[in-house]
This record gives sequence, C-alpha cells and structure tokens, in this order.
Amino acid sequence: MGLKRKDLLEIRSLEPAEIQTILDTAASMKEIASREIKKVPALRGKTVVNLFLEPSTRTRTSFEIAGKWLSADVINVSGSSSSVVKGETLMDTAKNIEAMSPDCVVIRHSASGAPHMLARALKCSIINAGDGMHEHPTQALLDLLTIREKRGHLEGLSVAIVGDIAHSRVARSNIAGMRKMGMSVTVAGPPTLIPPGIEELGVKVAYRLEDTIRDVDVIMMLRLQQERMTANYIPSLREYSRLYGLSLEKLAGARDDVLIMHPGPVNRGIEMAPEVADGPYSVILEQVANGVAVRMALLYLLLGGKPAEA
Amino acid sequence: MNLLIRNGRVIDPANGLDAPAEVLILDGRVSRVGPRLEVPAETPSVDAGGRVVAPGFMDIHVHLREPGQEYKETIATGTRAAAAGGFAAIACMANTQPVNDTRAVTDYITAQARAEGVVRVYPIGAVTRGLGGRELAELGELAEAGCVAYSDDGRPVMSSALLRRALEYAQAFGKPIVSHAEDATLADGGVMHEGFVSTDLGLRGIPAAAEEIMVARDIALAELTGHRVHIAHVSTAAAVRLLRDARARGVPVTGEVTPHHLLLTDETLRSYDANAKMAPPLRGKRDVEACREALADGTLDAIATDHAPHALADKEVELDQAANGIVGLETAVALCLTHLVRERVLDLGTLIARLTVGPARILDLPGGSLTPGAPGDVTILDLDREHVIDPGRFYSRARNTPFRGWRCVGAPWMTIVGGRVVMAEGVVERGPSR
Repeated sequence: MGLKRKDLLEIRSLEPAEIQTILDTAASMKEIASREIKKVPALRGKTVVNLFLEPSTRTRTSFEIAGKWLSADVINVSGSSSSVVKGETLMDTAKNIEAMSPDCVVIRHSASGAPHMLARALKCSIINAGDGMHEHPTQALLDLLTIREKRGHLEGLSVAIVGDIAHSRVARSNIAGMRKMGMSVTVAGPPTLIPPGIEELGVKVAYRLEDTIRDVDVIMMLRLQQERMTANYIPSLREYSRLYGLSLEKLAGARDDVLIMHPGPVNRGIEMAPEVADGPYSVILEQVANGVAVRMALLYLLLGGKPAEA
Repeated sequence: MNLLIRNGRVIDPANGLDAPAEVLILDGRVSRVGPRLEVPAETPSVDAGGRVVAPGFMDIHVHLREPGQEYKETIATGTRAAAAGGFAAIACMANTQPVNDTRAVTDYITAQARAEGVVRVYPIGAVTRGLGGRELAELGELAEAGCVAYSDDGRPVMSSALLRRALEYAQAFGKPIVSHAEDATLADGGVMHEGFVSTDLGLRGIPAAAEEIMVARDIALAELTGHRVHIAHVSTAAAVRLLRDARARGVPVTGEVTPHHLLLTDETLRSYDANAKMAPPLRGKRDVEACREALADGTLDAIATDHAPHALADKEVELDQAANGIVGLETAVALCLTHLVRERVLDLGTLIARLTVGPARILDLPGGSLTPGAPGDVTILDLDREHVIDPGRFYSRARNTPFRGWRCVGAPWMTIVGGRVVMAEGVVERGPSR
C-alpha cells in the first residue's frame, strides 16, 4: 500500500514520515517528465475526476497531466464557485459523480471544508486541490519538494511567507508542512492581513518586509487575494506594493543564496517586481514543474501504488 | 382541568420552595401546594414517585417556521418538540414568511397554536416592517393581537435612532424589545467566532466585539429611554460584563443564554459540521465560562434554546452557505441537567429558576411559578434517567443538532399544561386537533 489513508485533505493531518514518502515518490516521478514518451501504466484502468468548482488553470492542468502520465482516465468537471447557483448541491453533484465509480475526486472549492464534507460522504479518495482559505496541501508539498531539491534538506531552514496571510490557503498549508519538517516560519504583511492567533501555529509575525527577509533561506511571496477581500484591508495597491512588494532594492538586503517562491499567478508589479520574478533567485517555474510530480506521487500513493516506485 | 400531583419533590424558585409536597391544579390553575392536600372527590392524580416537580418550563426564544417554512417545522411539530423537552410555554420569533409584523400574522399563529399546538405559544412581533430595519412595525396593533415582545431576531436593528424610537414607542404597550445584538458590519459575512480556530480552519470570523458593541449600545438606549431591552443569546465574556455593570446601575436590561453557548466552543467547528454553525457563533472557552458564571449569579436571567429548525438540505451544504442555528427544545433540559447541574455549574434550583421565573419575568408571561392562581403548568423531571440523544426520535421536524450521540443523565419526565398531561415519559399526546 501507499499512504495509509483514503484522502488527502490537509497537510496538518500528515505525519512527517508521510510527507517524506510523498516527496521521495515525487522525486522519482520527475524522471518521467524527461522521457520522450511521458506515460507509465501505473494507474491504467483508474478514473480520476477533477471537480474544479473555482477557477484554476495551473492546478487543474497539473492534476490532469499527472493523471494522464500515469495512464489514469482523467475527467474534468468545472462549474461556478457555488453549487447553489447551479441549483444542485455540492453533495448531489458528488453523489452523482460517485455513482459513475471514479477512484478519486480531486476537488477545488471556494468554501473551506468542502473536501471534508465530500470525504465523509464518498467512498472514493478525495484530494483537496484548494478549499477556500483553509488548505492547499499539494501546493505545500510541491513547495517543500522544490526547497528540498535546492537545499538538499528541509530541517533547520527558515522561511518568510509574505503578503495576504489572512486569505491564503497556501500559507496555512505551508506553515503546517514546514513546521512539521523542522523549518522556522515568519509571516509578514500588513496587520489587516495577518489573521488573529496565527502565532499559535508556531510562527513569528512581522509587519516590515525589509527586516523579515534579511536572513531567511526562502522568501515566499503570496498573491494579494482581492477577490476574497471586503473593503479596506489595504489603503491602495500602490501603498501595498511600496511596503510589501518585493523589489530588487529590498532584495539587496537578503542573503545571496535566498530562494524566491510564489504559488502563482503573480501580480507582477504588485507583490513582486518583474525582474525579481524572472531573476536568478526565483524558482517559480520549478515549483510548477514539481507540481506535476507531487500530484503524480499522490495519485499513485492514494490509488494503491507503493512508495517511491513508478 | 383538575389534577393532583403526588409524591414529588417540589422546587418552585419563585416561592423559595424545595420540599416534598403535593400540587393541586383546579380548573387549569394552580390551586394549592403543600403536604397532604385535601382535594375534591375524583380528582385525577399523577404519582411523581419522588421526582422533581417544578413550574412549567418556558422557552422564550423559539423559531416555529410557520407560516412560510413548514418544511422545517410547524406549530404542531414545534409545540410537540417543546412538550417532549419539558417546556409548557414557548415564545416564537417573528422571522416567519410572511414576517410577523401585522395583526393578521399574529392572529394566524395564535389560531394555529390553539388548533394544533400542545403547549402555550406566545408570539413575538417584529420591531420593523419585514425585519427590514427601516420603518417601525405597527407595535400597538401587534400588542393588541397578543404579541408579548418585539424582535427582529435573526437580524440586528442596525440603526440606533430607529431602535431608540422603537423603545420609546413600545413603552405605551409595556412590551420589551428583544435584541439580536450583532454589528453586521463587523460580522461581515463571518461563519464562526473569530480567533485562532477560525484562522486555523480558514473560515471567516465574527469578532466578539460585533456582539459587545451592540450590547453596549442597547444598554445605552435602554438607559436613555427607560424601556426594557432583553439581550437574546448572549455569548461573550465582555457582553456579560456589560450586562452585569448595567444591571448594577439599575438599567432595565435582561439577558438569556442558550445551552449550546454554555456547552460548546468554537473548537466544535473543527469537523466542518454545519450543525455547529450558529448566530451568534460558538465562542471560546473563556466566553463559555463567563456565560456559565453569569447564569449562576443571575446576570443572565434565563436559558433559552433559540430552537432553529432547518431541513437537511439547509445544512448539508458548504459551511459558507449553511443556515445558522440548531434545534434545542428536545435536548436543552437533559443537557443542562447533565452538564450544568451534575457538573456543579448550577444547583438544581437555580437551573429551574432560569427555566421558569426568569423567562416569565423577562416577557411578563403568566406562569413560571406555582403561586396559587398561576397557570396550571408543571414540568416533572426524572434526574436519574440515562439516555443518548437521538435526533431520529425528535418530535421536531428537524434534526440539526451537534449533540447527536451525547449521553445524558436526567430528563423531563412529564409536561403538564393547564392541568392536562401533554407529555409523559417522553411520549407526547397527539393534541387537540388529531
């Protein structure tokens, strides 16, 4: 057996050893991407449904490629963010999909906890591809894989996660994953975008970007989630960009070997200057490539494969 | 209706009584309470068998859903749920469809209650037309039709000026205003209490200050107008402090608390179960402790369930979209006996006071005591009955409770309304119309 669990709903419930297994398996999956024929028969006869009820290009495509390279049959279902708008409840949609006997449903949903609801109701595996402001576990895993590749290890590294922490599921998953793997985490942003009690997750809180990035191994910039915000979290994009955007000037204070990450899509010029996003410290495109490997590993491990083999 | 209740331990907090006694009801009213009463020949009797005999319990915060949302609950099912839970009287909120903001709707509710209800039903009228928060409802006519209070419960009256006028105007009819104290701009679409748990779960939070600001405002307006404000479902430590201070100064303000705000915290949401989603939201541990203390010391006068029945389809959805509230009529008394009295948060007499004389005084309802001449309403408790909460056995049409599977020791054993037994050993009579 692969992972001893039916679903992947969140990082926080994974053991460090499970994270290690997923990363090791993902590392072995990367070789497939370099083949001329990018296909192995590992999941032949398995069906994966990508149920994306919130807009997404990269995560959906990444899951689709991952499934196809493993020879699973991948079906994409997308819709409006609200199942109620369609007149059918999420539960009805899910039960209808289950009646067609898929092996796995990958769900992206605007409501925190939606994958948990499905996991309780459906017999097939559920993978959380992002739920509201709660978690985005595969993103955190691909981030960990990218850092491990670059640094050779995770334990003892320090990370600054910068920006809209309050609305970020990426931040929540990464904090959980990084803390489990022995990394130290500082979150930084305007106080309006730092949610209450976040220190209880074992992170430090900072309000000034310059101080925060001075001596960390990794700077992870987050997208400003304007679609989740109501009014007045920040006075203006201009001010946000000036205070919390990562410019070449601010980066000059960081370490020479710092890694710059971003879960994408980047609001160029707001969170990050273009020359930073495309610069030598940036591993943004490697994150994207590792996303396919991590999702291959998860599909493989959840649907019955063995660790670190393909 | 005549009835003699024998062999009970009678606890009547309004009269400071806790002693073995008999209770005689004649013509539907309490006639006498005392040892070995002389009773008219052929008076039917009930053997309480050493159980606790109390004035009929009152729940002043219930949503009956009729008219308009009978798929959730009706007056027939809601009053049966009340009887099953030991309540002899309930007050029902105005957020029906149509809203209870006119005499016609009040008349409909009272007529339905007479025809189909098994316990007393006291309608609460709206403060503003359609609960819209813009214009006063016809408060005088609502009072004439039988409304015992006014409330836009479910929605706060956001305009301080409008609430001031409502309080001033309502003085003419002597009916209090029941406040849903929540600053909607601060609540801002939140689905749970704001704090570490909401941060951890990635759910939009409602800060405790959303309640406290409005409690402070309501107290100020009660003081300004001299008219009574009752704060519904108090849930935060600071709201309790504000109430305690105001009452010490003699401001005419009262408060109630629900069993779920006394027994559950925001941690309950960790399951993402929509049955733990309510307004106000389940708060933190310190808030729960403050509410418990305030109930014990009388700062909070009453336990009220905020019985909010919903259909499965209203709850089995994403948490953001799920309806607020839980059913409470059939679980409140057993939960309070088990987790407040047995765990020594309250003594039994205080619990009974908060379910009888407390709520009766808040809304000036008849009952709440066994004083001769009072309505012949009695609740008998079996303090030893062990059971597990099973929503499948509810008389309510709804099943939305986070207490499924909770073990309880103690339960209502009999509910008597006007001398008539409407529930015995958990079985509710079919009622006048069936």
